[in-house]
Amino acid sequence: MTTATQAPATAAEMTGAEVILKALADQGVEVVFGYPGGAVLPIYDAMFKSNYVRHILVRHEQAAVHAAEGYARSTGKVGVVLVTSGPGATNAVTGLTDALMDSVPIVCLTGQVPTHLIGNDAFQEADTTGITRPCTKHNYLVKDADTLARTIHEAFHVAKAGRPGPVVVDLPKDIQLAKAPYVGPEAIEHRTYRPKRTPDAAAIEKAVELISKAKRPLFYCGGGVVNSGPRASELLTEFVRMTGYPVTLTLMGLGTVPASEPLFLGMVGMHGTYESNMAMHDCDLMINVGARFDDRVTGKLAAFAPNSKKIHVDIDPSSINKNVRVDLPIVGDAGEVLAALIAQWKKKKAKVDGAALAKWWDQIEKWQARDCLRYKASKTIIKPQYALQRLHALTKNLDPYITTEVGQHQMWAAQFLKFERPMHWMTSGGLGTMGYGLPAAIGAQIAHPDRLCIDVAGEASILMNIQEMSTAVQYRLPVKVFILNNQWMGMVRQWQELIHGGRYSESYTEALPDFVKLADAFGGVGFRAAKPSEVDDVIKEMIKVKRPVIVDCCVDQKENCFPMIPSGAAHNEMLLGPEDQAQKPTSEEGMVLV
Amino acid sequence: MADKIETHTLSVLVDNEPGVLARVIGLFSGRGYNIESLVVAEVDASRHLSRITLVTSGTPMVIEQIKAQLDRLVPVHTVRDLTTEGAHVAREMALIKVVGTGDKRVESLRIADIFRARAVDSTIESFVFEMTGSPEKIDAFVNLMRPLGLVDVSRTGVVAISRGAKGI
Repeated sequence: MTTATQAPATAAEMTGAEVILKALADQGVEVVFGYPGGAVLPIYDAMFKSNYVRHILVRHEQAAVHAAEGYARSTGKVGVVLVTSGPGATNAVTGLTDALMDSVPIVCLTGQVPTHLIGNDAFQEADTTGITRPCTKHNYLVKDADTLARTIHEAFHVAKAGRPGPVVVDLPKDIQLAKAPYVGPEAIEHRTYRPKRTPDAAAIEKAVELISKAKRPLFYCGGGVVNSGPRASELLTEFVRMTGYPVTLTLMGLGTVPASEPLFLGMVGMHGTYESNMAMHDCDLMINVGARFDDRVTGKLAAFAPNSKKIHVDIDPSSINKNVRVDLPIVGDAGEVLAALIAQWKKKKAKVDGAALAKWWDQIEKWQARDCLRYKASKTIIKPQYALQRLHALTKNLDPYITTEVGQHQMWAAQFLKFERPMHWMTSGGLGTMGYGLPAAIGAQIAHPDRLCIDVAGEASILMNIQEMSTAVQYRLPVKVFILNNQWMGMVRQWQELIHGGRYSESYTEALPDFVKLADAFGGVGFRAAKPSEVDDVIKEMIKVKRPVIVDCCVDQKENCFPMIPSGAAHNEMLLGPEDQAQKPTSEEGMVLV
Repeated sequence: MADKIETHTLSVLVDNEPGVLARVIGLFSGRGYNIESLVVAEVDASRHLSRITLVTSGTPMVIEQIKAQLDRLVPVHTVRDLTTEGAHVAREMALIKVVGTGDKRVESLRIADIFRARAVDSTIESFVFEMTGSPEKIDAFVNLMRPLGLVDVSRTGVVAISRGAKGI
């Protein structure tokens, strides 16, 4: 791949633009998501003359980053983005922030005005490194062609090492045109940035002791296990089964333990299951692997798991003791820590407290018996939960890659689609970016061309990046957009109903496009389901068509997403359904929380 | 107890590269931490290393966060908490301008002598004193100068180093 026919004969003759492409190729990059513009024309010209990487032309730079995220999260590789200066870079900011919050490895190359014009308010100039400093893991401005190759390689190292994240490399146009020396990635060792991956042996010993003595234990695991690679998920499942302890997962961690695993209690947090949240509240030992005590998970901090000891495994030391004080921090890679825990457990021939565990499971089964995800079925109107149950039933054998937008549909998808494997579920967890799902599905589809990739969407979110239908059509990507259309910004409406006295301020969309015709206009295929009896047929048709599809699934407009921990409440104060919500007004403290 | 506000002096060794100070300051403003003083200068030209001395305050949990957040910045080599890691020496320099004549002028010179402040500029009606010491000592001197015609103070902020044989 690195010896493309049109490549320059010797390294000495290379331009900056050629160095950039060769560096990408040597990093194993196969795909770049991007959008051309004045300040990156030399790179696009070099791309035209070589075949180092495949370029996917998106329709908006924000979507380029989300597509790279979908690619990265479904493959474990670094996602690569190429955009121009000024508006190209500022449009990418939402995607970069999203990748930072969800720890997705991204290298984003941005064009910049030539070095002598920097700071002169030149055409399409923006202070890209200044703007992206708080929304990247690290960023670079290359002002010297001699450092160009090294900087690109370093960017890849920083993006994927430790807790992954987005890295921006800002590339002035004159640097792209200058003669630049090439060095390969093997020559690069970073001076300072070498995150710790291997845990302390003493901490592992102590952890095994705590784990074996626990009476009401709970594993609470998240995206860190996904980021560690598929092996970490296998190890987690193995360790959970060795102990027989219950396990709950965060939104980001779904799939790390198979949903069909009997020890799995479902998702935790604001819209997690009753049994997960009650177990979280009542446990005496919490074993957190790769989750960060996010506010969506902890609810009211003062009442969070009040009687528990906490073990926290995280590769990022700054995640430890940030929101919740823990008793035993273990800094390291989730996979390495789990392997060490299993080895130590076997070495010590550790045993669990069987009697206490049986009692704990008795309690958990009582919580499970509440059947917290139940909803009122209807023969006349499509319940969103029903649509997703059917989607799951009809696609599970195809092991689909699922992305979502943000809102009620996202939470229902997390509740009703069951994930057996990691890296098949991509959702904007930290930033909550409406418009994430379609480009992310495109990225996943590029990585897995023969697999089913579905964006579970809402009719409001999808309009934020609907233009990417055009990208899907151009590259013949058979992505499926499954819209749960209730004509409302559903989660906004739900909060207005619960917290703001039912004053539905600006959350109803008076004018919506005809999504079936819209699909057609883009060159895709549209289907509509308006009655429960039509749902199965539409899903089957959607799977059958090997082109981009939009399904307009017209669902109950007033359905709310339950169970729910109202903001400012504790885990044992969940609302299980509409009958609960009337009785429990939200506290003033809760009102100010998002 | 966990909510007690403490003041800590941190020494941070960083690559002397563009934007590194902005990263540190952005971290503090973005996460709502306090900066009481911040001093930065290159200390090793051959390795392009700068040393930042930071005085910050917060609960023990916040201080721990600040150190972890600083340590994870890519150009940061070392973060040391001088307040918790044994004894250290902390010094600040100040330039203090006092304007006055007659008794007040004489009195300011007398006090400056007690504080070992040096007059580095002098006119018929003014002095600029230079003094080095702990921040408390400089505070005390500045307060004494106030009724004697204090018009201007310029302070460097604290630089600090651990006592004993060990380096950063």
